[in-house]
Amino acid sequence: MTLTAGDRLVDYDEVLTRYEPVIGLETHVELGTASKMFCGCATTFGAEPNTHTCPVCLGMPGSLPVANAAAVEATIQIGLALGCRIANWSRFARKNYFYPDIPKGFQTSQYDEPLCIAGHLDVEVDGETYRVEIERVHLEEDTGKNLHVGGATGRIHGADHSLIDFNRAGIPLVEIVTRPVPGAGAKAPEVARAYVTELREIVQTLGASDVRMEQGSLRCDVNISLNPIGALELGTRTETKNVNSLRSVERAVRFEMRRQAAVLDEGGRIVQETRHFHEDTGTTSSGRSKEEATDYRYFPEPDLVPLAPDADWIEQLRAALPELPAARRARLQQEWGISGTEMTWLANAGALGLVEQTVTAGATPGDARKWWLGDLARRANEAGTELAELPITPAQVAELSGLIAEGTINDKLARQVLDGVLAGQGDPAQVVAAQGLAVMGESDELVAAVEAAIAGAPDVVAKVQSGKVQALGALVGAVMKTTRGKADAGTVKRMLEERVLSS
Amino acid sequence: MSSISRDDVAHLARLSRLAVTDEELDRFAGQLDQVLAAVARVGEAAVADVPPMSHAVPLTNVLRADEVTPSLPRDAVLAGAPAAEDGRFRVPRILGEDA
Repeated sequence: MTLTAGDRLVDYDEVLTRYEPVIGLETHVELGTASKMFCGCATTFGAEPNTHTCPVCLGMPGSLPVANAAAVEATIQIGLALGCRIANWSRFARKNYFYPDIPKGFQTSQYDEPLCIAGHLDVEVDGETYRVEIERVHLEEDTGKNLHVGGATGRIHGADHSLIDFNRAGIPLVEIVTRPVPGAGAKAPEVARAYVTELREIVQTLGASDVRMEQGSLRCDVNISLNPIGALELGTRTETKNVNSLRSVERAVRFEMRRQAAVLDEGGRIVQETRHFHEDTGTTSSGRSKEEATDYRYFPEPDLVPLAPDADWIEQLRAALPELPAARRARLQQEWGISGTEMTWLANAGALGLVEQTVTAGATPGDARKWWLGDLARRANEAGTELAELPITPAQVAELSGLIAEGTINDKLARQVLDGVLAGQGDPAQVVAAQGLAVMGESDELVAAVEAAIAGAPDVVAKVQSGKVQALGALVGAVMKTTRGKADAGTVKRMLEERVLSS
Repeated sequence: MSSISRDDVAHLARLSRLAVTDEELDRFAGQLDQVLAAVARVGEAAVADVPPMSHAVPLTNVLRADEVTPSLPRDAVLAGAPAAEDGRFRVPRILGEDA
């Protein structure tokens, strides 16, 4: 392994003065089918090692695979959602190589006849739209998992031996490959991230996978090359693997751009190789070199007959597509009358569905956005969790918003009510009742507080009476303080005016 | 016509993880040449309007419903392995690649 500590890096802004980055992404999505791709073994995550295996996924001689209909349909739907053409003739192929995590000595994949071809995905970064062309979407099977024993922190280097769990071997995997994406310039890292984000959302909307990057059900390889500005040929690319979060996608692109620029500046050449991303340092290091031509000797899988989806089947699947994320955002943006930028904030904060449900539960779009992007976003942030994980439902947010609108509580009290709801004390109305948080009407208690404020500050009263009406604010403040924020500021102001100005 | 060189055989042997002696390289190169030549006669019959065929049966879309069926008991799975540890297959140190 090449140590990364010595990598020279060029400042990011400087890279862009001399080079044009070209990115490409290969994304693997583990489908959420109940059974594996070619056999009936369960796909449940986290089972005891090697308890979900059978002769087919262990590659026993004489066993025969049969393709999972749900996996084929999910792949076609992903293709349709990405605007791909669905092939009317598609075959599986054997990709031959030896590695302990593939029991058969080959991976069943697709080669020159993938299920879906030539689509695109438009992504937006800072108000600008970038088109990412999709080259292909194909269906294959996942590998087993290696556990390296005897080395430091489970790394393969220095390991004494390895242990293999084949539960994951044979789980359906969809690979989505983009064409090279030029023209993103300084935004290349963000475009890469936005692409994976949008793709993840689409797959999730389709219900095809739970797309959890931390569990590996969505994995991303990032290709990066640099072209000297004005050059006609594409530069040599590297392929960075092991990029396991959206943030890492962005960091990996940025790091490779800076590293490659330094190599090229010194007159060096980029080696076409696999590199590994290190989450802790945000750097990449050299893996296996691809220059000694990997030779997979693909050939059509003789044990699986071709897939030939007819037009009726494809149209049925197209008709069953749910509303896709981009269409949904456009619709909600119009319904709520907000700008594209505000929409992006909502989407990035993971608040879109929450706000939508809050509006459905009766809140105005403005109030719903205010709560989720304001107080609740701050609390989620403080707790180090996602908005959706907060112990509050959209219906409760709508109820809170309703209590303010009808004057039962004010903004300040609402925050206390929110604390109560988040602490598990029940719905907003229950918290208001239990803690006596409702706004005070013109009660005896409030009248007493107002009169005490006037009696306690004759100098302020004199000021107000001499025409400095804004001095009244000090008296309002005093009343709010005595009532611990439970009074309505407007009511207090009116009561003070009646007493001070009419005397 | 295609012909198979000694280097081709060595390359294929390496990819297939087969240890092949120098003498075998020469012998297999000659034999594989003959095999290829025999198969190449198919090319003479192939005409432009006959698409290449990978399967002898005229079937497409053979699919199974997405239903879970029982897996093998783990003891049975590991029984045939040369070595096992902690419910997993144990393999020698993996060399030559980063994981």
